[in-house]
Amino acid sequence: MSSVAHRKPVSLTIFLTIVLAGWVVLAAFPFIWTLWGSFKVEGDFFSKVDWAAALTGEMTTVETGGRFTGNGYEGAWIQEGFWRAAINSTLVCLFVVTISLTLGTLGGYALSRSPHQYAFWFLIIALVFRALPQITLVSGYLPVFFQFNMWGHLPTAIVVLIAINQPFTLWMLHSFFKNIPKDLDESAMVDGCNRFQAFRHVIIPVMWPGVITTGLFSFLLAYNDFAVTTMLLSQENQTMIPKIASFLGTTQTKGNVMFAVAAVVSVTAPIFVMIMVFQRQIVSGLTAGAVKG
Amino acid sequence: MKHKTFLWFVLPSATAMLLFIFLPLVSIIIQSVYVSHDQVIITVENCGPFGCRESTMIDQEATEALREGNPLGRFAGATTYLDRGHLAVTEVSEAWSASQNWRDFGSQMLNLPFYKALAFTLTYTFVVTPLVIIFGFMIAVAVNSALKNLRGPLIFISLLPMIINPLVGSLILFWMVDARGIVGAALQEFAGNPNLSIKASTPLMWIMLMVYGVWHSAPFAFIVYYAGLQTVNTETVEAAMIDGASRTQRIRYVVLPHLLPLTTFIALMQLMDNFRVFEPIVSFAASAHATSLSWAIFNDLGGETRQLSSAAATSVLTVAWIIVLLTPVLIRTWRDFGRK
Repeated sequence: MSSVAHRKPVSLTIFLTIVLAGWVVLAAFPFIWTLWGSFKVEGDFFSKVDWAAALTGEMTTVETGGRFTGNGYEGAWIQEGFWRAAINSTLVCLFVVTISLTLGTLGGYALSRSPHQYAFWFLIIALVFRALPQITLVSGYLPVFFQFNMWGHLPTAIVVLIAINQPFTLWMLHSFFKNIPKDLDESAMVDGCNRFQAFRHVIIPVMWPGVITTGLFSFLLAYNDFAVTTMLLSQENQTMIPKIASFLGTTQTKGNVMFAVAAVVSVTAPIFVMIMVFQRQIVSGLTAGAVKG
Repeated sequence: MKHKTFLWFVLPSATAMLLFIFLPLVSIIIQSVYVSHDQVIITVENCGPFGCRESTMIDQEATEALREGNPLGRFAGATTYLDRGHLAVTEVSEAWSASQNWRDFGSQMLNLPFYKALAFTLTYTFVVTPLVIIFGFMIAVAVNSALKNLRGPLIFISLLPMIINPLVGSLILFWMVDARGIVGAALQEFAGNPNLSIKASTPLMWIMLMVYGVWHSAPFAFIVYYAGLQTVNTETVEAAMIDGASRTQRIRYVVLPHLLPLTTFIALMQLMDNFRVFEPIVSFAASAHATSLSWAIFNDLGGETRQLSSAAATSVLTVAWIIVLLTPVLIRTWRDFGRK
């Protein structure tokens, strides 16, 4: 389809190439730079003398003997106990994704099949809930959680994240289920299934692409959360993101900002892998709400 | 679908939302009209070898009993809303009568914590949202005209700034613009000022936070527009061409109308997300120069003294703003629904 309609004037092509090259640098360079710098010592990555020290690694050679060092990682993961935060994050993500998908598929399916007005209003209320900043809700949780002694535990944070996740999950799954033809489950019901059996035997086998995409976004929400986890979890139950934030307070005074740099790289690595594997699903998820209306 | 079946299907997620989204909203409204009890102070006479002295001390037991008896605190009505930390009614009216011109009044308002936060939050929201749309569109057009087998890697690179956590993403940028970092050093070189520091300047900090915001969100607009460009009807474009439409006209009358609903969608999502800006302020340690409503709540809740009623009042005001921002969308949806 490379017809005349798609031919561009030269000036435009040049302009677009510049935009593209500029964007690639803007998007990728900070990550490459930080990854590179995480293997240096602070004197190089934050050089008072010359920024190029981060490339040559003069101080790193002086302080550690090699051009690269794993000191930042060792300090963060072992000395500061980042491994514990990593385990907590894994647990939180695992439970949040499975449970919120279970609740979301049931709800999203019903919302996509109900012809009544209240289903529409349900979605609108969910949209308003989606717009609330999480931190406003957190100030509502605290007194209650203190009173019932629920503050600080992983399960509390998991339950809260599942609930906060629901509006988004419902919207997304609702639009995926809308694309599964109604005839499919209705014919199963004509054959004598009840609604739940139709869902179980007909819908569940075909819903996986939508569920995987929604699951990715639930995962991101749980993995990236800062407002809820930093406020509701005690020091030893912290997940990775609040842990990094706490590094900023303590380690900058100790001159160990490199722990935070190493931790940031460690947090970004799984996301990097995730985009590599699921790029197609992420893109389809981002556009699901938009393109189909 | 029968009402009863519907109810059973949505019951679990409806319960979750009721308990952990709706009830907290009720809870912040209640908390905001209560304040914590004052400590009970008693006066005791201490008599020592050098005579008697009166001193005041806190009656721990009585204070404890009071707090136990009424855990919500003392009913305070709207006082928390009106105090200096929130709507600051007295301070605003004083500033209004004392100040000579708008500029003066504005700078006095920015000394009040709530208005300072509100000013930044609104500026951020209404600067970043249009910029995200413009840059996202430009990137989408650029990627769309790139070679087919380059597009996959380009999308991959573009997704990174958006998908990582805002705290982490802003830290990565912050370390680079640090006076000792690569971009910070380059800026000093460029400005010819070896003492230039983004951390020390309010305007630079605001700009930096918004640059971060655009960097973080432009990929979202890009992906949505890119997907939209894939579905532009090529036959319509060619038909327009046969009818003699120039390139600009084809874009103006065929492509842009196709992308308009997407723009509404992006604008809505971005308004919601930008209004809750707060992680970059934490990682840029920017609170001296810029605060946001979410940051103000976070700041009240954190630390040793958790100021619950102050946080609750700010939360209620934030929710009120969200509803104001969403009203046009809700009214439109209402009308669309009525038409069906």
